[in-house]
Amino acid sequence: MTRPLRLVLLAATPVAAAGVAILVGSAPVPAGDLLAALLGGGTDLARRIVDLRVPRVLLASLVGGGLAVAGATFQALLRNPLAEPYILGISGGAATGAVLVLAAGLTAVGSWTLPLAAFVGALLAIVLVFGVARAADRRLDVRVLLLAGVVVGAFFSAAIALILSVSQASTVRSAVLWMMGSVAGASWGDVGVAAAYTLPAVAVLLGLARSLDLLSVGEESAAYLGADVEGVKRTAYVVASLLTAAGVAVAGVIGFVGLIVPHALRLVVGSHHRVLLPLSALVGAAFLVLADLGARTLLGATEIPIGVVTAFVGVPVFLVLLRRSMA
Amino acid sequence: MTFEARDLVVRYPGSRAPALDGVELSVPDGLLYAVLGPNGSGKSTLMRALLGVVPPERGSAAVDGRPVADWDRRELARHVGAVPQAEAMPFPVAVRDLVAMGRFPHLGPVRPEGPTDRAAIDDALRRCDVAHLRARSVQTLSGGELQRVRIARALAQQPRALVLDEPTASLDIRHEMAILSLLREAADEGTTVLLITHHLDLAARFADRILLMDCGRAVAEGPPAQVYEAGILEEVYRWPVEVRMDDATGAPRVIPRSAAPAERPAEPRP
Repeated sequence: MTRPLRLVLLAATPVAAAGVAILVGSAPVPAGDLLAALLGGGTDLARRIVDLRVPRVLLASLVGGGLAVAGATFQALLRNPLAEPYILGISGGAATGAVLVLAAGLTAVGSWTLPLAAFVGALLAIVLVFGVARAADRRLDVRVLLLAGVVVGAFFSAAIALILSVSQASTVRSAVLWMMGSVAGASWGDVGVAAAYTLPAVAVLLGLARSLDLLSVGEESAAYLGADVEGVKRTAYVVASLLTAAGVAVAGVIGFVGLIVPHALRLVVGSHHRVLLPLSALVGAAFLVLADLGARTLLGATEIPIGVVTAFVGVPVFLVLLRRSMA
Repeated sequence: MTFEARDLVVRYPGSRAPALDGVELSVPDGLLYAVLGPNGSGKSTLMRALLGVVPPERGSAAVDGRPVADWDRRELARHVGAVPQAEAMPFPVAVRDLVAMGRFPHLGPVRPEGPTDRAAIDDALRRCDVAHLRARSVQTLSGGELQRVRIARALAQQPRALVLDEPTASLDIRHEMAILSLLREAADEGTTVLLITHHLDLAARFADRILLMDCGRAVAEGPPAQVYEAGILEEVYRWPVEVRMDDATGAPRVIPRSAAPAERPAEPRP
C-alpha cells in the first residue's frame, strides 16, 4: 500500500466507525429506518434512538481523539514510546474527585457535579505533580516528573481506598463502574463541554508538532536545533494534561486509547508529529467509537464499561506491537 | 563565527567540584579548533556552556562577540550547528526526517519546506554519505551511520560554525577520515569548527589549534606541534607517552608507552 493511500484510509476510519456505531445496536430497529431518521425522516422510535446514539458517538470521538493526542504528546515529551495520558497521575486525581462526590451523595445536586469534581481532582493532581517536579529541579526533568507522577498516583489510590472503605456498597459499585469509564447517557451538553476543551487543545498541540519532533531526540539537541525547550515543554505538558483531565471528567478513566493508538501509528506512519498527531486524533476517535459500540452490544442489552472493552482489545494489540518493535 | 569564554565556571546541581573551573578560550573565525583532554575534564560542559544550554556560575561565554544568553535560540541555530555526544532515539524516525530537523531554525514551527530546504537536506545527506539511507529508520542504523546522519542534520542547518562532541567516536577509519576531511573542508571554506575529540593523532593532523583541558581548566593552547609535548601530555593524561613527528603526515604523533605502574605519573591531584 502506498503511503498516501494509507494516510487516506486511516483518516477515513472515524467516519466509517461513526456510521456503523449509529446504525448498529441492541435495539431491533432496521438500519434503513435509522438512516432515514438521521436524515430527518424515519419512525419515532428510530429518531429517539438516533438522538441517543449521535451525542454518544460524538462524545466517544472527542474523548478518544483527545486521549490519543495527549498520549502521543506525553510520549514525545517523556521520550518514552510507552507513555500514556495517565502516566502523571491525572486519572488518580480525577477518580478521587469523582469518588468523593459519589460517596457524599452530591450527584443528587445535579449531574454536573461529578464531571466537575473529577476535573478539579485532575487539576489538583497536575498541580501536585508539577509542583513536586519543580521543587526538585528548576527545569522539568523527565525522570523527576515520572517519579512525581508515580508518587502522586499512589497518594490518590490510597485516598480512593480510604473513601471507599467507609462507603456503602452501592457507592462502591458506582465508583468502580465510573472508574472503568463510560460514554453512556451522553448529552449534547457533554458533547459541547468536551468539544470546547478538546478542539482548542488539539490545535495548540498540532502547532507544537515540529518542536515535539525535536524534543523527542533529546532536550540538548532540541536546544541546538533552535527549539525553545522549556517553553514548549511547559505548554505541551499543561495542554496535554488539561486535555486528559477533560476526557476523564466526562467519560471516566478509559485506558489504552492513549497508549496503543499513537504507539501503533508510529510503527505505521513514522514519528513525524505533523502527521502523527492529526492521525492519532482521527484513529483514537474511531477506536473509542467502536469500543463503545462493543460496550453496548457485546452483552446484549447489558452495558459493559468502555474501559473494559479498550483493555480487552488493547492488551493483545499491545503485546503484538511489543513483539513487533522488539523484532 | 567566533567563540569566547572568560573565566567560565560551571557547577552542576548537587556536585561539589565545578565541571568548568575558570576556562579562558578564544576560538577565531574560520579555524578548525580541537578540544582535547581526559574523560571528565570538562570538554562537553564547555560545549554546553559556550552554546548556552547550561548557565555559568561565574564568567561569560560569547558567540560572535555577543553574550550567548542574548541570542534567540532559533537565531543561534541558524548560525551554529551542534552535535552533542549522545542522543535518545526512542522512536522510529526516518533518516531524511531527522536530517530535515536541521531546517527548523529556518522554517520555525509551521512553515512548510521549500526548494531551498530540500536542497540543503539533500546536500547534507550526500556530503555525509548517507543519502542511500534516507528512508531507513534511525533505530536500524549502525553506530557509525547514526553519527553521520546526526552530522548531516547539523550541516542541513547551513551554519557558519559547527560544534561537535566526539563525532568520530564510533566510526571506522574510512568514515572517520571522511568526516574529518569534511570538517577540514568546511573550515577551509570559512566555517568555524569546534571539535571535541579523544583522537590525539587525527586532531594533530586536521586541527589548526588545540586546547588541552584537565580538571575543568584549560592547560595548554596553541598549534598542535606546540601543545604536543610529552611532559604536558603525561601530566594531563597521567600516562607515559612519546611524541614523534610523522614524516608521512607532517604532524606530531602521540605513542602511549606501556609502562610498569611504578613508572606512571602520579594519579590525579585533588
